[in-house]
Amino acid sequence: MASLGLGSRAAKPKLDRDAWAVRAFMLVIALYLVVALALPLTVMLSKSLSTYRFDLTAFELQIDKGEGWSVPVTLASLADALPADKRPELATNHDGRFGVVDLLPDFSFRAKTRYRLRNAADGAVYLYGSERIADREWHEYSSNEFRRVVVRPAASRGLDNYRTYFSTPSLVQSIENSAWIASVSTVLTVTLAFAFAYALARTCMPLKGLFRLVALIPILVPSLLPGIALVYLFGNQGFLKELLLGESIYGPIGIVIGSVFFTFPHAFIIIATALAISDSRLHEAAVSLKAGAWRRFWTVTVPGARYGLISAAFVVFTLVITDFGLPKVIGGQYDVLAVDIYKQVIGQQNFEMGAVVSVVLLVPAVIAFAVDRAIQRRQVAALSARAVPLEPKPDPAADWSGFALCLVVAVFIVGILAVCQFAALVKLWPYDLSPSLRNYEFDRMDGGGWEAYGNSIRMALYAAAIGTAVVFVGAYLVEKTQGFRTGRTLFQFLAMMPMAIPGMVLGLAYIFFFNDPANPLNFLYGTMAILVLSTVTHFYTVSHLTAVTALKQMDHEFESVSASLKQPVWRLFARVTVPVCLPAILDISIYLFVNAMTTVSAVVFLYAPTTKLASVAVLNMDDAGDIAPAAAMGMMIFYTNVAARLVHLALTRGLLARTQAWRRR
Amino acid sequence: MNLRGLKSTVAASALALAALTVSAHAETTLTVYTAVEAEDLKRYAETFNADHPDIKINWVRDSTGVVTAKLLAEKNNPQADVVWGLAATSLLLLKSEGMLEPYAPKGVEKLDKKFVDKSNPPTWTGMDAWVAAVCFNTVEAGKLGLPAPTSWKDLTKPVYKGHVIMPNPNSSGTGFLDVSSWLQLFGEAEGWKYMDALHENIARYTHSGSKPCKLAGAGEIPIGISFAFRGAKEKANGAPIEVIVPSEGIGWDMEATAIIAGTSKLDAAKTLVDWTISKKANEMYNTGYAVVAYPGVAKPVPNFPDNIIEKMIDNDFEFAANNRKAILEEWQKRYDSKSEAK
Repeated sequence: MASLGLGSRAAKPKLDRDAWAVRAFMLVIALYLVVALALPLTVMLSKSLSTYRFDLTAFELQIDKGEGWSVPVTLASLADALPADKRPELATNHDGRFGVVDLLPDFSFRAKTRYRLRNAADGAVYLYGSERIADREWHEYSSNEFRRVVVRPAASRGLDNYRTYFSTPSLVQSIENSAWIASVSTVLTVTLAFAFAYALARTCMPLKGLFRLVALIPILVPSLLPGIALVYLFGNQGFLKELLLGESIYGPIGIVIGSVFFTFPHAFIIIATALAISDSRLHEAAVSLKAGAWRRFWTVTVPGARYGLISAAFVVFTLVITDFGLPKVIGGQYDVLAVDIYKQVIGQQNFEMGAVVSVVLLVPAVIAFAVDRAIQRRQVAALSARAVPLEPKPDPAADWSGFALCLVVAVFIVGILAVCQFAALVKLWPYDLSPSLRNYEFDRMDGGGWEAYGNSIRMALYAAAIGTAVVFVGAYLVEKTQGFRTGRTLFQFLAMMPMAIPGMVLGLAYIFFFNDPANPLNFLYGTMAILVLSTVTHFYTVSHLTAVTALKQMDHEFESVSASLKQPVWRLFARVTVPVCLPAILDISIYLFVNAMTTVSAVVFLYAPTTKLASVAVLNMDDAGDIAPAAAMGMMIFYTNVAARLVHLALTRGLLARTQAWRRR
Repeated sequence: MNLRGLKSTVAASALALAALTVSAHAETTLTVYTAVEAEDLKRYAETFNADHPDIKINWVRDSTGVVTAKLLAEKNNPQADVVWGLAATSLLLLKSEGMLEPYAPKGVEKLDKKFVDKSNPPTWTGMDAWVAAVCFNTVEAGKLGLPAPTSWKDLTKPVYKGHVIMPNPNSSGTGFLDVSSWLQLFGEAEGWKYMDALHENIARYTHSGSKPCKLAGAGEIPIGISFAFRGAKEKANGAPIEVIVPSEGIGWDMEATAIIAGTSKLDAAKTLVDWTISKKANEMYNTGYAVVAYPGVAKPVPNFPDNIIEKMIDNDFEFAANNRKAILEEWQKRYDSKSEAK
């Protein structure tokens, strides 16, 4: 050890130069996170405060009732002269128009009165019909013409948008709706996932491997797809319609069933991990204390998995409340926050209100995230080094009831996909069920056709390649460098943030930030690059955590030894760190690929005509009523992800055999 | 002559040839925003390119509301060169923002005056009229025992409860033209009263204007308030649909063309707009639209109801454009807040 210490002292100047390079690198990646995350969110927040008001002081009016022109008065003074209940509402949005005759109680378009109007301030604009008048001259109108004059609002700042939001019942209702469906879905999913994971971990039932595989399928499809399947199953022409007893699938029921489908694997993975770390010695102790099975379940099993259960609950809650695709497809008239953002932005182009709803949606997402992080930190401490893994013993009753449960869940998951594939292959549901490939002629529909599918694959590959590099280098710098504490803490914080930011919110923030002609990064707007950027950023946190976990397993001595051997950091990184962490690197890239293929929320505001994506095509085709082609495209995404998974599996196996030989003794 | 010499000669002439072809096909790409149905875009571009192979069209298509909103959002940083096939009510909005380049296309005097903007020079020119209609699924109606409606008022009868679907006017141009036509047909107070009654029967409101008809075609909801063109298409695709023209009269809007002010490709944009009002273009529009801007061109369209022209109301586009926000807000207040699932 003494020689090592000596070595590191001798290498000090070298280390310093390295340290600077490392800091520069860290700065670059931190800068990435600032530009891709912090700045856009700030701009969005400021946008939610940008309002439009009619500035009536900016217009002057003269009236001639046959006795010559009156003294010019501002419209504001006319408004003040009105009784309090007749005064106009001045807060409006960018599309606001205000008819000037509303300020004149005795106005009649048949009267011989003449009117003169002028803009009394720069930037004031009014319309005559649809003619835009922005100069400062007087313009004269007859009564009949004057009723066509409307003034336009001016931009200002304030809390008006929030006031409007909270006084619009249809918008506020969505908060309750979102919270309700997210809570119900959370309870259902966590219960089901726990039962499923419990059956896999604690019984000796057959086909465990298959069930584990099936449980993960929903990760490979966009969240819209279960919505489409539910239309075919329970819609008015659905073959299981009777099961709903007259209730409509369009609304909370549909959203909840679909949410259970797409959040199931997330909950299952977390709970399965929690159950796997359970300590067999506790169960033996409970048995020897003569605790019954039921009692053991409640006093040992559930408390042992409590962190996993809580964590799964928050993850599911966040996923449901921020999901947009599913309620868009199956939500009917049941409005939720994420769809409200879309409606405000895409339907009415009311960006300011979209920003307000985004801020509202951020609140539960950030709270859920913060609680989840706090709990996960505790779970690490709950692990004991002396724990003995639990080995289930055969018990026919438990085994077969577990099997039955898993079978039901598996049939549900596979059934959803089978329905979509079937619907995609028939000619005209439900009138002509002959097989046809017509639904695959994507070029005849909205959404971008086969080109969108190609774009998606390209985008997913870029996201996987670039994202993995950025994430892994970033994680390495945070984990393996010495000193520069504040910088590393700040970086860690930035890396965790994306988890709490809903995709829709991130996308909207990107419009505000990148679509500003004054922004030097404006050239990114409407390109493939911005899609990759938003996708990588949206899925940054989980990738980062995967990389950090892998890096934590590597001893810090590597760095010391390499320094003592006077090797530059990059050589150690390329020759040792990357090869050792290769499994994790592959995991990150497949995670990014699959999510880039399926995400809608992170990209729905950002795609351009040349960069349409398959997931967005599913949404747009469903929107136009081309539901079967939407199902067909959704299934194409599924098959692509399955293929990517298989490639990933082959690569992992092959590379492990070649590079990870050291792991074998 | 050695091989190297030959090679360089060949290379040089190939280069020259390449340069020649490039200059001959000095392609201009126009970004064209449109709300024309996706399946027609290819045909439109191909017909246009038969006359002008040097101008490539880069379509940006979405529903009317979305395209309008997109254009408004890009007011200070316009991405579009030309708008080809967007509702005239939307173009009036853009005009009031000063976003359209005034231009009188060659031959504009030949068009029906109704189809040309009143300003001189005009800022937009119409292509075809796009008419509201009701898609009625005869098979499902038979199963449910629903009589065929003949008027808008019929649709408020209790027998149709939950069997009618219409587009949300906040996102769909078709939805907005329905709402604005009811307000014009029945008067403001009566119009809202009508919609209150209709709302009781509506299963839900869709985002796009063609979806109600497609859902009617698929039997999901037997009656879809949509537009005639979509109904005719669905019928041609084999859906058991009747296209019904309500007796009170039907709302309509025209699809129109305009140049976006500030385009850097003004010459190409003018060439395109000149072409969009030509007789040939109007014949092309006639494939799906029974009423087109060029007089004497229109031929009857298969599966279209024949009385459609006389049923078109005398539409006040300016009323629709200047009251758009107020109408939409009122609509949202009345019907969007009732978000209980049906």
